[in-house]
Amino acid sequence: MPVQDVSAPKAQGHDWWAIGKDMIGTAIVAMLIMWPIVAWKSKITQYSLEIEPRWTLVFIILALLLATRLAMHLFVWNRAPSPVAAAARPATPAKATLSEQIGPWVFPVLVAFAVALPFIFHFERRPIDLGIYILTYIMLAWGLNIVVGLAGLLDLGYVAFYAVGAYAYALLSTVYFPYWFGDGIVPWAFYITLPVAGLLAALWGVILGFPVLRLRGDYLAIVTLAFGEIIRLVLINWFSFTNGPQGIEVPKATFFGLPFKAGPGGFADFFGIQHDRIYYYIFLYYVILLLALLTYFVTNRLRRLPIGRAWEALREDEIACRSLGINTTNTKLTAFAIGAMFGGFAGCFFATRQGFVSPESFVFIESAIILAIVVLGGLGSQIGIVFAAIAIMGSFELFRELSVFDNYLPEGTDPVHFRMLAVGLAMVLMMRFRPRGFVTRRQPTVFLKQRKAVSGDLVKEGHG
Amino acid sequence: MATAKKTPVLSAEHVTMRFGGLTAVSDLSFEAYPNEITALIGPNGAGKTTVFNCITGFYKPTEGKIALRHADGTEFLLERMDDFRIAQHARVARTFQNIRLFSGMTVLENLMVAQHNKLMLASGYTIAGVLGSGRYRRAEKAAIDLAKSWLEKVRLIDRADDPAGDLPYGDQRRLEIARAMCTDPRLLCLDEPAAGLNPRESEELNKLLRAIRSENDVSILLIEHDMSVVMGISDHIVVLDYGQKISDGTPQHVKTDPAVIRAYLGVDEEEEERDALAARAVAEALGGQA
Repeated sequence: MPVQDVSAPKAQGHDWWAIGKDMIGTAIVAMLIMWPIVAWKSKITQYSLEIEPRWTLVFIILALLLATRLAMHLFVWNRAPSPVAAAARPATPAKATLSEQIGPWVFPVLVAFAVALPFIFHFERRPIDLGIYILTYIMLAWGLNIVVGLAGLLDLGYVAFYAVGAYAYALLSTVYFPYWFGDGIVPWAFYITLPVAGLLAALWGVILGFPVLRLRGDYLAIVTLAFGEIIRLVLINWFSFTNGPQGIEVPKATFFGLPFKAGPGGFADFFGIQHDRIYYYIFLYYVILLLALLTYFVTNRLRRLPIGRAWEALREDEIACRSLGINTTNTKLTAFAIGAMFGGFAGCFFATRQGFVSPESFVFIESAIILAIVVLGGLGSQIGIVFAAIAIMGSFELFRELSVFDNYLPEGTDPVHFRMLAVGLAMVLMMRFRPRGFVTRRQPTVFLKQRKAVSGDLVKEGHG
Repeated sequence: MATAKKTPVLSAEHVTMRFGGLTAVSDLSFEAYPNEITALIGPNGAGKTTVFNCITGFYKPTEGKIALRHADGTEFLLERMDDFRIAQHARVARTFQNIRLFSGMTVLENLMVAQHNKLMLASGYTIAGVLGSGRYRRAEKAAIDLAKSWLEKVRLIDRADDPAGDLPYGDQRRLEIARAMCTDPRLLCLDEPAAGLNPRESEELNKLLRAIRSENDVSILLIEHDMSVVMGISDHIVVLDYGQKISDGTPQHVKTDPAVIRAYLGVDEEEEERDALAARAVAEALGGQA
């Protein structure tokens, strides 16, 4: 399939065939070196010397190596293409760029990896926790992407909807459901509250939407920011309703009514397996994976519906939208509502994962991080957001683990304190080198002959 | 005028638009007739675009009434309607002086956005569409077919999958007209469609507008400075100067109207005596051009 490159000049310099060969060569050399010195670790036990394989480490090093080398090819070495290489390969027909060749495969591979993750890491708690953590933010960023990336409305108070979802679950499952329907409902509370939390968040999205309809740019950003703070302050101060800063203990989710507990009636007992706390985390992992995938597919389908096209048209030119008979009021409100709905789902999940909600979890910095993920991923790009979430949330976690620096840091400093500094630096670098985020090109929602991605330079960013 | 006996599709009555102390349009009345091309001309700053903005609802006129009638007799009072409702219900479509395409969306997508209301209904206000209803899929296919037919008419079918922002200027102008026509309008308002076009492109535009008028149930209201377009295709011309109507009639009538010549050529008030002579001379010159 001959695919033309729409944003031509940038990609011309890459010779993918040569890069591919180089990558394979790199992998072979790396494996030859790592096989004797990295792949095996000698372990002295009490009685003997054993050899322990470390394939995960080999895989990680190899991946890092290949990624670095690819990055060098793409961003450093291609600046001055060698004349020899250019002469050796004259007039290659316009080939698909790397992003277009592997584009369709990225998402399925990511999903396959996400589904297999608990098995890859042998049901260890730590990677599953990290997976839950990152997936929550991917889902939140996908939700915010509808408002910011598609409709072009800058929302700095997105965490408010996350809070609405979380408190909806907390209050309904601990206070209202037992009061209305009796205690028997509690094991099922998560499943009943999930849609309710989404609807409540959507309702609050509309409530936020109304006053900001006529605002643009900076003004819109300030009002949404204030809205996020109002929700948080109400949660802190309305003591009789929300229990204030002390927060609310929340019941755990069950496996369709089967609680994750030892002893009869529990999940393990029902399936006749040994009880282990890890099952609960695996269950949570797959719940958030499903929710995130739901967000992905619904958003993708919405983009191909008139409503999604209207969102993007609104981002491009609001006046033209009105001249074509599009009700921009409703279009903006639906963007706020649907974006908020996914935030509400994520909030409901967050509450059950934490087992505890308090206003502290819904501070402004959370909104800022989610927005940073959307911006870093590339406005409007769902795949870019996955990588941005992994980069940002992964690096946060990395800083938690960095004990290697302990010896060099002054007494009493924790590397965790540097994480915002590092993220800030990363954002500055990104703005310098990739100002439109990881994925800058926009995929059209409909096509006649071939799907050509739209160069990011033409896509507008909305009213701010 | 023979046309005056028909029911006008658009009638503006005593429309006045003030911005603070500035009166951009003052007591303007004119009519546009079904299946005709009505041109609105006048020197720069005469208030032509303001009239357009009043008709399409982007401005609310300070005084006056603007009525639009469909063939079935329904009447819409445009000065009371929101801009998007005018486009949706009264079926008035427009283009802009400075082109307003969705530049980051493809040519085809631009035409799909124009069919928003129809598709919204077919998608059950999104709900049925999300669930994958067959009705929406059929409606979308029909919408793509309509877009294709318009792309063929404006000769952009080969660029259907390219971003609208990548098109050359003349193509963008034609795409904007196609996008407006995809809303299935009864009145099409074109704000300087020939601006920035070369003579060959202007000639092509003339053909396109004539074809649109003869093949669709649509009347065209046109603002234009290019006299070869105005004189070549208009059935009826309204001339504005300083927000007031100074002439109204067929191209032949307007061309010979001393008031028009005065507005365009700036003859002094005292020289009225010699105007008639000058007017005849200019009219002959203009007539030769048309």
